[in-house]
Amino acid sequence: MVAYFREMFVGLWSLVAGMAVTIRYFVRPIVTVQYPRQKLTMTPKYRGHIELIMDPETNTHRCTACGMCVRTCPSSLITVEGVKVKKKKLPVKHVIDYSYCSLCGLCVEVCPTKALKFSNEYRLAGYQRQDMVIDLMARLDAERATVGLPPLPIPTPESEEETTSAEEKA
Amino acid sequence: MMLEPGIEEKTFYLNLGPQHPSTHGVLRILLEMDGEFIANSEPVIGYGHRAHEKMAELRTYQQYLPNMGRVDYLHALAYNHGYCLAVERLAGIEVPERAEFIRVITSELNRIASHLLWFGAYLLDLGAFTPFLYCFDDRENVVDILDRVTGSRLTYCYFRFGGVRDDIDDEFIAGCRAFITRLRSRWQDYDDLVTKNVIFINRTRDVGIITPEQALKYGVTGPCLRGSGIPYDIRRSEPYSVYPLFDFEIPIGERGDIMDRYVVRLREMEQSLRIIEQALDKLPNGPIMAEKVPKRLKPAEGEVYAAVESGRGEFGTYIVSKGDTKPYRIKLRVPSFSNLSIISELIKDTLVADMVAILGSLDLVIPEVDR
Ligand code: SF4
Ligand code: SF4
Repeated sequence: MVAYFREMFVGLWSLVAGMAVTIRYFVRPIVTVQYPRQKLTMTPKYRGHIELIMDPETNTHRCTACGMCVRTCPSSLITVEGVKVKKKKLPVKHVIDYSYCSLCGLCVEVCPTKALKFSNEYRLAGYQRQDMVIDLMARLDAERATVGLPPLPIPTPESEEETTSAEEKA
Repeated sequence: MMLEPGIEEKTFYLNLGPQHPSTHGVLRILLEMDGEFIANSEPVIGYGHRAHEKMAELRTYQQYLPNMGRVDYLHALAYNHGYCLAVERLAGIEVPERAEFIRVITSELNRIASHLLWFGAYLLDLGAFTPFLYCFDDRENVVDILDRVTGSRLTYCYFRFGGVRDDIDDEFIAGCRAFITRLRSRWQDYDDLVTKNVIFINRTRDVGIITPEQALKYGVTGPCLRGSGIPYDIRRSEPYSVYPLFDFEIPIGERGDIMDRYVVRLREMEQSLRIIEQALDKLPNGPIMAEKVPKRLKPAEGEVYAAVESGRGEFGTYIVSKGDTKPYRIKLRVPSFSNLSIISELIKDTLVADMVAILGSLDLVIPEVDR
């Protein structure tokens, strides 16, 4: 009989002790972030999708369309097409299909000219798969526009002078 | 089960899963019910099969790295570690000491995150919602700390052959130290909230007992084995990395019931904190990557087995190399698979509600079982 009541009392007390913890935390400041109104900034090393680095000196990318990233990517989601301009290869197309990306970072590491980095983009949502296909050259152009530069000219083997002069101007 | 004489024995079948919240993944358990009690059961696996082992044969050694974050997404860094360890042994790559320390710190943090998630999710299984929020608050801290160096919050791909990808900075170290103090101050709350809770005790004491013999028979490892009183931990019995440099205990249970497994996990988190603390104190300077790791790794012909202690038990990687850039065969020994195999024996003649409690206490990651 005593044991019965003892058990009841100990049990009840354990519930009260638990409740006390809840009440104590109830009056503490909240730790959650009210997302659409408040946003967290991503850490510098946060891995969003990859993008081309805008070289601060030339204001353009460093990609030489060597195709190393294409071959290294485990999911083969990078497409790079390049043309030879004045014995230098330049990309005309650098597209990734982000929906397959595992954010492993192998492409970033393998690039011989260190032309790639992870972006800080995390608010990605789309209605269809095609929304996740990201044109890195277009992204770079958008970044150039923020510093008031025109889009990169499309390098073609015929217009060698034009390309180089445009690049020099930039 | 005892049946009254004269009543015809009738059993019926009940499917638990594949989409059942308490299975933590797509696991189906076929239960043969005798009234409220489970007469027989059979786990049906394979719903989340992603052919991780086969994939290895089609990829180079480096390209297989991202897979390791996805076999067991909760303690991904141990899997990173296990695979890198195996390849490093195969190719004879020496890892610099600082990198080893970073590996230990990050994977112990990840172990805490994994145990915290288990803690929350398991209590959710038992019907307690509040503790889930508390431990996710703590887990959020770990994830933030790891996010700063690894760049990801869940499926880490951070370790590389011969080191780690990024170095840790002072802010990381300060964050770790703050987290250690914070988590230590929370043990009392967890005790009050859960460990001493009468409902929790009644549901877990002497339920789902794994005897040491059973555990050994089924190859159960990790906290489930240690809960049964066998102090087997790869970090001690087959030391890898720089674990021998640290002073930590291997918590064990006595009875092998759910409560013991729970206590072992809680105490293991404290031991992880101790390891991190010591590692931060002793952290040497130096490079974080071995020199001269070829970009196209081509280990000599041979085979290797390397095991690490993940949050769930022994994770082993067995690699057969034929001297190519791609592995000839990779076999992953995952702890959840062995731990799951004991379930039929454990839940025999128990109630369905207890069965959910037992299943959760094994801390299974179903995608890891299927891999
Ligand atoms: S590896 Fe670098 S330089 Fe080569 S194609 Fe890719 S981004 Fe361009
Ligand atoms: S991060 Fe990995 S998966 Fe993503 S594009 Fe680069 S190599 Fe491919």
